[in-house]
Amino acid sequence: MNGSKTLLTSYVSQPGEIKTSSGKTLRTDEMIINMGPQHPSTHGVLRLEIVVDGEIIVDVIPHIGYLHRCFEKHAEHMTNYQQVIPYADRMDYVAAMNMEQGYAVAMERMLKIEVPERVEYIRVIMAELQRIASHLVAVGTFGIDAGAFTPFLYAFHDRERILDLFEMTCGARLLYNYIWVGGLSHDLPPQFIDKAKEFCKYYRPRIKEFNDLLTYNEIFVKRTANVGVLPKDVAINYACSGPMLRASGVNWDLRRDDPYSVYDRFEWEPQVGKGEMGTVGDTWDRHIVRMREIEQSVNIIEQALAGIPEGNVQAAIPKRIRPERGEIYARTEAPRGEIGYYIVSDGSTTPFRVKARSPAFVNLSVLPEISRGAMLADLVLIAAGVDIVLGEVDR
Amino acid sequence: MTAEQVFTSLKAKFGDAVLEAKLDALQPWILVVPERMKEVALFLRDDPAMQFDYLMCLSGMDYNDGKLGVVYHLFSTVHRHKIVLKVQCAKETPHVQSVSAVWGTANWHEREAYDLLGIIFDEHPDLRRILLPDDWGGYPLRKDYRVPEFYNGVKVPY
Amino acid sequence: MGLLDKQFQNGNVLVTSLDTLLNWARLSSLWQMQWGLACCAIEMMATSASNFDIMRFGVIPRATPRQVDVLFVAGTVTLKMASRIKRLYDQMAEPRYVLSMGSCANCGGPYWEHGYHVLKGVDRVIPVDVYVPGCPPRPEALLEGIIKLQEKVRKESLVKKSA
Repeated sequence: MNGSKTLLTSYVSQPGEIKTSSGKTLRTDEMIINMGPQHPSTHGVLRLEIVVDGEIIVDVIPHIGYLHRCFEKHAEHMTNYQQVIPYADRMDYVAAMNMEQGYAVAMERMLKIEVPERVEYIRVIMAELQRIASHLVAVGTFGIDAGAFTPFLYAFHDRERILDLFEMTCGARLLYNYIWVGGLSHDLPPQFIDKAKEFCKYYRPRIKEFNDLLTYNEIFVKRTANVGVLPKDVAINYACSGPMLRASGVNWDLRRDDPYSVYDRFEWEPQVGKGEMGTVGDTWDRHIVRMREIEQSVNIIEQALAGIPEGNVQAAIPKRIRPERGEIYARTEAPRGEIGYYIVSDGSTTPFRVKARSPAFVNLSVLPEISRGAMLADLVLIAAGVDIVLGEVDR
Repeated sequence: MTAEQVFTSLKAKFGDAVLEAKLDALQPWILVVPERMKEVALFLRDDPAMQFDYLMCLSGMDYNDGKLGVVYHLFSTVHRHKIVLKVQCAKETPHVQSVSAVWGTANWHEREAYDLLGIIFDEHPDLRRILLPDDWGGYPLRKDYRVPEFYNGVKVPY
Repeated sequence: MGLLDKQFQNGNVLVTSLDTLLNWARLSSLWQMQWGLACCAIEMMATSASNFDIMRFGVIPRATPRQVDVLFVAGTVTLKMASRIKRLYDQMAEPRYVLSMGSCANCGGPYWEHGYHVLKGVDRVIPVDVYVPGCPPRPEALLEGIIKLQEKVRKESLVKKSA
C-alpha cells in the first residue's frame, strides 16, 4: 500500500567513511532491513525499518498503525458512556481489566461517584491478577525472543490459572467487560476467594522457579545486560512509564504517587531497576522489574483477599450517565505504564471526545533512541523489553 | 504551584500570548496562542519553579464550531504539580507550533493529531501520517468526516 | 492440489488409495504460519501453549509463508494490513488453507459500523476455508476449527475439484 520510496523521507542515508592506516578513505554503505509486520518476533504487527551499518544499528524507524481500530471514533459514536468499555478492553487485550479500570476511574471522577468499598477491593484484586497475567505474557514471549521456548510454556501454564479465575467471575477469558462505571458487572462467585488464595499459595514458589529458569540464566543475562540502556532523563523526556521508567531508576508508580482506588491500604513497594547485571535501565532491568512486580502483585492480592468487605457491587452504578459539560484527564497504572483517558463531555449522553494515552504507544516512541548503536540481533530483545501490545499502540 | 500561580506568572512573562484561563474547572486550564506555544512550553519546562518535564498527554480536538485545538496535559516529576494547556486554531488554517523539541514524547503524539485531525505542527521534524496509510484521504476524527466507499479497490463500509 | 491436481480423468482404485494417503499426510501436518494480528493471537498463543497443545494436531508454527499449509488470520484485519495479508497468502505454496479466527476476521466484529480503517472480513481479500466465530474464540473453538479443516482436507480428491 505505501511503497518504500515514500517511507524513507525521514531518513537520508549518509554513507560512512573509514580511514585506513595508509590514509585512504573507504566508503561504506548502509543497508535498510525491514522487520515486520508479519515477522514472528515483532509482537504483533509492528514494522521496523532498520538502517544498519554492517551489524550495527544506525537508525530504527518504527511504522505502526497496522492495527488501528479507530477506538476514539467508536467512543464518540456509542449510545452511552458504558458502551465504551468493551472497546477499551480491546485496546490492550493482554491487560483488559486495567484498561477498564482506567476508564471507570476517569468517569467516576468526572461524575463524582463514590464506589462501594467492596467494588474497590475486587477491582484491585482483578487489576493485580491481570497485571500478573500480562507480565507473564511479556516475560514468556521475551524468552521466545531470546531463543528459549520453555519459559513460554511455564508462563502460559500459570496464566491459564489466572484466566480460570476470571472465567469463573465473569465468563470471559480475555476480554471481560467486567469493571463498569460505578461498579462491576457481577459480584464474585462464592468459591472465588478460596480459589484465589490457593492460586497465590501455588504461585509464589513458581516465581522463583521461573527466575532460576530464565532470569538468572547465564546466556539470558549475557544477552540482555547492558543492552538498550535507557537513561533516566531520556525516559522522562519521552514520558515513558511503567516498568520501562522504573527500570531506569525512577521510583515512580501511579498506584502510590497519583493514588486511586484503595492501594494505599496495602503494603507493597514499587520496584526499581538497580543495574544488578549491568547498567541501570538496560533490558535485563526491565525484565527483573516485571518479575518483582509480579511478586508485589501477589502480596497485594493476598492482603486484599484477607480484607475484602461485604457490599452491593452494583449499588453505585448510575442509571443514566449524563455528565456536565467539562473534561477530565485521569491516569492509572496499567502493566505497561500510564494509561490515561482524556474525556470531554458536551453535556449529552455520549462522549464528545475520548483520547486514550496508551503506555505502549509512548514507550515505543523511545525505541529509536535506545537501539542506535546496538547490534541487529539485540534489537529483537530491546523491542521485546519495551513490552508492546499493538492493540494499544495503534488503538 | 497552583494553576492560578502558573497563570499569573505566564501572563507576566508572555502578556498577550496567554489568552485566558478557566481556573474553576475540574482540571484548570490555560489557553495560549498557537504561534507562541513553543516559547511557553520551554519556559514551563525550564523555569525552576515550574519544571513541567513530563508531558502526560497531547490530544488533538475538533470542537465542531470551526475550530481545532490541541490539549497538553503537563506534570512535573520534581514538584508533582499538574497543569493543562490548550491552543485553538481555525479549521481552515490549522497551524500550531510543535513542541517536539521540548518534550520528545510530543513527536508521535503530534503526528497522531496530524494524522487523525489534520492539525499541522510547524517545525515538526517528521510530520507524516503515523497510524493510517500514507495515501489515506481526509482526517477521520474530524466531526464532518465521511468514510470513503473504497480504499485501493477494497470496499470499506460493511 | 499441486502437481497431480486434476491430471486424472476418472477415479480408480489406485487414485482413490493415493487420495487417502495424500490427504492423511496433509491433514496430519497442517503447518501454521507463526504470526498474529490482535486479541485472537493471544488466544492462539494460549492454544499453542501446554494447556491446549495445538501441536498434537500436527499444527506446528513456521516463520515463513513458504513452508506453511494453513494461515490463521487471528485478529482484526485493517486496511493497511490487508495488502500484506494478500501478499503472504500469495507466497504460500499450494495446497493452502485459510482459517479465519474471530469475529473481526470473519466480518469486522465490533468494528463493523464505525471502523473506518477496519476491513470488514478477511474474505474480501483472500478466500477462507474455515470461519471460527467468537470474540475472541476460546482455544477449544480454535481446535474445533482445525478439526473442521482436517475434515475438509480428508474429502479432497485428485479427480474432482474440492468444494
